[in-house]
Amino acid sequence: MKRALVYLGLVALAVFYLVPVYVLVATSLKELREVSLEAMWRLPRTLTLESFVRAWAGVPETGTRGLAQNFWNSVCLTLPAVALSVLMGSLNGYVLAQWRFRGSETLFVLLLFGMFIPYQSVLIPLVRVLQALGLYGTLPGLVLVHVVYGLPITTLLFRNYYAAIPGAMMEAAQMDGAGILGIYWRIVVPLSGPATVVAVIWQFTQIWNEFLFGVVITNKPTVQPITVALNNLAGSFIVEWNVQMAGALLAALPTLVVYVLMGRYFVQGLLAGSIKA
Amino acid sequence: MRAARLAPVALVLPSVVLVAVFVYGFIAWTAWLSLSNANDLMVSPVRLVGLANYARLTEVPRFRIGLGNTVTFSLTFVTGCLVIGLGGALLIDSAVRFEGLWRTIYLMPMALSFIVTGVVWRWLMNPSSGLNLLLDGAGLGALKSGWYTDPTFGVKAIAIAAIWQLSGYTMAMYLAGLRAIPGELYEAAAVDGAGGRQTFWRITMPLLMPVTLSAVIVLGHVSLKIFDLVIAIAGPQGGPAFSSDVPANFMFQTVFQANRFAEGAAVSIVLLVAVSLLVVPYLTWSLKRGIGL
Amino acid sequence: MRSHVRAWGIAAALCIVALGVHAQGARKLEIFSWWTTGGEAAGLLKLFEIAKKETPGLEVINATVAGGAGQNAKAVLKTRMLGGDPPDSFQVHMGRELTDTWVVTGFMEPLDDLFKQAGWEKTFPKGVLELLKGSDGRYYSVPANIHRANVLWYNKKVFQSAGVQPPKTVDEFFQVADKLKAAGVTPLALGDNGIWAATHLFETVLIGSLGAESYRGLWTGKTDWNGPGVRKALETMMRMLGHVNTDHAARSWDQANDLVIQGKAGMTIMGDWVDADNLAKGVKDVGWAPAPGNTGVYDALSDSFGLPKKAPHRAETLNWLKLVGSKEGQEAFNPLKGSICARTDCNPKLFGPYLQWAMEQWKKDAIVPSLAHGAAAKESWLTAINDAMSLFVTSKDVAQGQKLLTAAAAEAAKK
Repeated sequence: MKRALVYLGLVALAVFYLVPVYVLVATSLKELREVSLEAMWRLPRTLTLESFVRAWAGVPETGTRGLAQNFWNSVCLTLPAVALSVLMGSLNGYVLAQWRFRGSETLFVLLLFGMFIPYQSVLIPLVRVLQALGLYGTLPGLVLVHVVYGLPITTLLFRNYYAAIPGAMMEAAQMDGAGILGIYWRIVVPLSGPATVVAVIWQFTQIWNEFLFGVVITNKPTVQPITVALNNLAGSFIVEWNVQMAGALLAALPTLVVYVLMGRYFVQGLLAGSIKA
Repeated sequence: MRAARLAPVALVLPSVVLVAVFVYGFIAWTAWLSLSNANDLMVSPVRLVGLANYARLTEVPRFRIGLGNTVTFSLTFVTGCLVIGLGGALLIDSAVRFEGLWRTIYLMPMALSFIVTGVVWRWLMNPSSGLNLLLDGAGLGALKSGWYTDPTFGVKAIAIAAIWQLSGYTMAMYLAGLRAIPGELYEAAAVDGAGGRQTFWRITMPLLMPVTLSAVIVLGHVSLKIFDLVIAIAGPQGGPAFSSDVPANFMFQTVFQANRFAEGAAVSIVLLVAVSLLVVPYLTWSLKRGIGL
Repeated sequence: MRSHVRAWGIAAALCIVALGVHAQGARKLEIFSWWTTGGEAAGLLKLFEIAKKETPGLEVINATVAGGAGQNAKAVLKTRMLGGDPPDSFQVHMGRELTDTWVVTGFMEPLDDLFKQAGWEKTFPKGVLELLKGSDGRYYSVPANIHRANVLWYNKKVFQSAGVQPPKTVDEFFQVADKLKAAGVTPLALGDNGIWAATHLFETVLIGSLGAESYRGLWTGKTDWNGPGVRKALETMMRMLGHVNTDHAARSWDQANDLVIQGKAGMTIMGDWVDADNLAKGVKDVGWAPAPGNTGVYDALSDSFGLPKKAPHRAETLNWLKLVGSKEGQEAFNPLKGSICARTDCNPKLFGPYLQWAMEQWKKDAIVPSLAHGAAAKESWLTAINDAMSLFVTSKDVAQGQKLLTAAAAEAAKK
């Protein structure tokens, strides 16, 4: 009896999560004429992949850009941004967890507070600073921005995780003559798998799906990430909903793949990392 | 010797510098701007006018409504994620089959961006089709609602969409937390004759506290910055009578639509002050106890 | 794990370098707009084609940002202009949106020489020429098109079976609405997710209640927002709101138009981009008429282009502006976009039936600037009015609405 209830609960939850996905997928497979609010639940009468093609390749005659070019931009944006923010977060977390100095706790709080600023309020000074650095309108500039604003959360994740490393291990390494970086490389890094997985998955999702910085900092269409291209698919006055939903699915593919393939490691990483027994 | 002591500081220095400029430098600039008269594209000679912008904000109904909405949204969103997350984790943890399948389904909404989630949920929450049609068909017509078109329900509808997106994350955290509880504790409790409920409230919940607190920080920072989702669902004006409007949205409009830069800056500062009043004590408290962070 | 990450990092660094290196074109032109899909994008591309033919070797950068009828684009544009990185030219609504945002603040160059050279003072109607001027009386932008806002679209079959004609006055509107309701059809379809459609509806009601002259006076300070004319408009609007679809806050304007197309609603009051939408969806049974009380008045808005002071490619931009205002350019752009020429000498045969009707009206109607689309009021004023509408549509409180509108006008008149 209890088993049945458990499965009932699981199925109910699954329905909750899948219903919107159904609308997304069904609409993307419809022709434009079939797409309307009233027909939301109906299955497509004619299954067509045309929306996906249009979303990906665009429609050159009308100048509708597809997602294809900007997909590569997003890759070039996300990989270095994730790598850097995770690396720096790991170093920060290591220092703040194991090498406390005077004021390091305060520093940690100040660093964390950076998570809470609304991005809209920093857009104008951000553009000015990036211009002064010569990075405005470029992907490296966008990478820098994502690294900086990703530091608080990656630092948080790693600090939690490294705090659980037994002091004995650290002392043993020090007695062997290892310096701060030596210990990091030899002891801490090999242990970092689970936390790194969590950090990478989280950052990858955040950066890949981010829109506001993408649209403001990279102002030329050839440089913009895929979220901006997806938004442009919608058009301003007349919206082709089937194309937009198809585009949304295409844009979400990399992150979906990440969650399907690495979901197990995500949970394992959380298990090993952020929870202290 | 001194080098060794400076080494930790040197390692965090790059991050410190970056955050000092990109976070605190910008906060300072925003604060200065909020005290100035720089409305209308900041070309008129800029001078400081004290708290005039803040005074004007108190007269704007949209701002007050927005602040209230943020509180409602945050409470609904965080509570909803925690409850559903914990519930789902408990279900999965009771040794079910196809765990990979359930986990993939629950985590999958996280892969989408807020804009995409917003577009789909805007459709779903259309009062004359969407979910209401489905509920009618399932005989659950009593649950129907105007969702975000109903000014009294307003921002809670947005919270539902946000819960859909992020409760999977909370569930993963709780699942990990549940698995970290050593089995011996449960065995010992059973030996002592403790029932299911007692075990849950006296053993499981307290041991899950760090997870809950951790989740609250992450969910909290998302809910304070919620912006794309609101616009995608309720439109840039935040729905009927601003019932779904949030200050981040109001600020974006004030600055980039109405060109009132100093006023927008004032909204930012008010938000930041409100956030720090909540967050800073919470952070320092957690740090002192060594939990949650 | 870490070696994987490192490999990724190196690959990514390489692709950044590769992307950063691109050929420097000889002659460039960057045009900023929010025309990303459909007829508008097609029309823009056509203009680019002509521009490239006229200037061999010209590289045109189509910088577009979609979303919210220009909301995202405006944010990006303002960030760029304030950051000192203007595009060569950008799409902007003619009228107060242009002058009060960009001209008064000194970002734009006057175009009087260009206007004289091209002889545009003879080809654009006087009502339009006035809207292109800054407060110093000089011209600052070139209109690419004219859209009409005060149009009533109706489903011919529904009207036939209910036995009604498109209403000419507000009283007729309510009579028609009652008959439609009796026939089980929603009288008026409204899609105000994003609220501008409600402001759009309200401006046609204002025109109907005040007439063209007094409506114009609202924006110059001659007409009192606290007066009986505005109150009557609010009362009419309140009555109209009692005849709209209940889910209006969830629908956008095109989803409201869907209701008319499907025969679930009888009419909608919206600009003439409805025509483009209908054509794209292959709809034939929808007719048009001036909005109730709006006969003889052309509520105009226009997408126009100007010359920012720091435009990187000034010569190419001036050529672009000349093209936008030329007969060839307008005849190429407008049939695709679904709007009419701002010029009075375009060939009607190039346009569809609705647009031909609009061109006829354009020659004789009184021209008034649109509120919801940036011609009549500056952006902060429009935002304040939108905010007032947001509350009014829900509360239907006429007194409160009038108070908010008067306050908005007073605030806008300051400085």
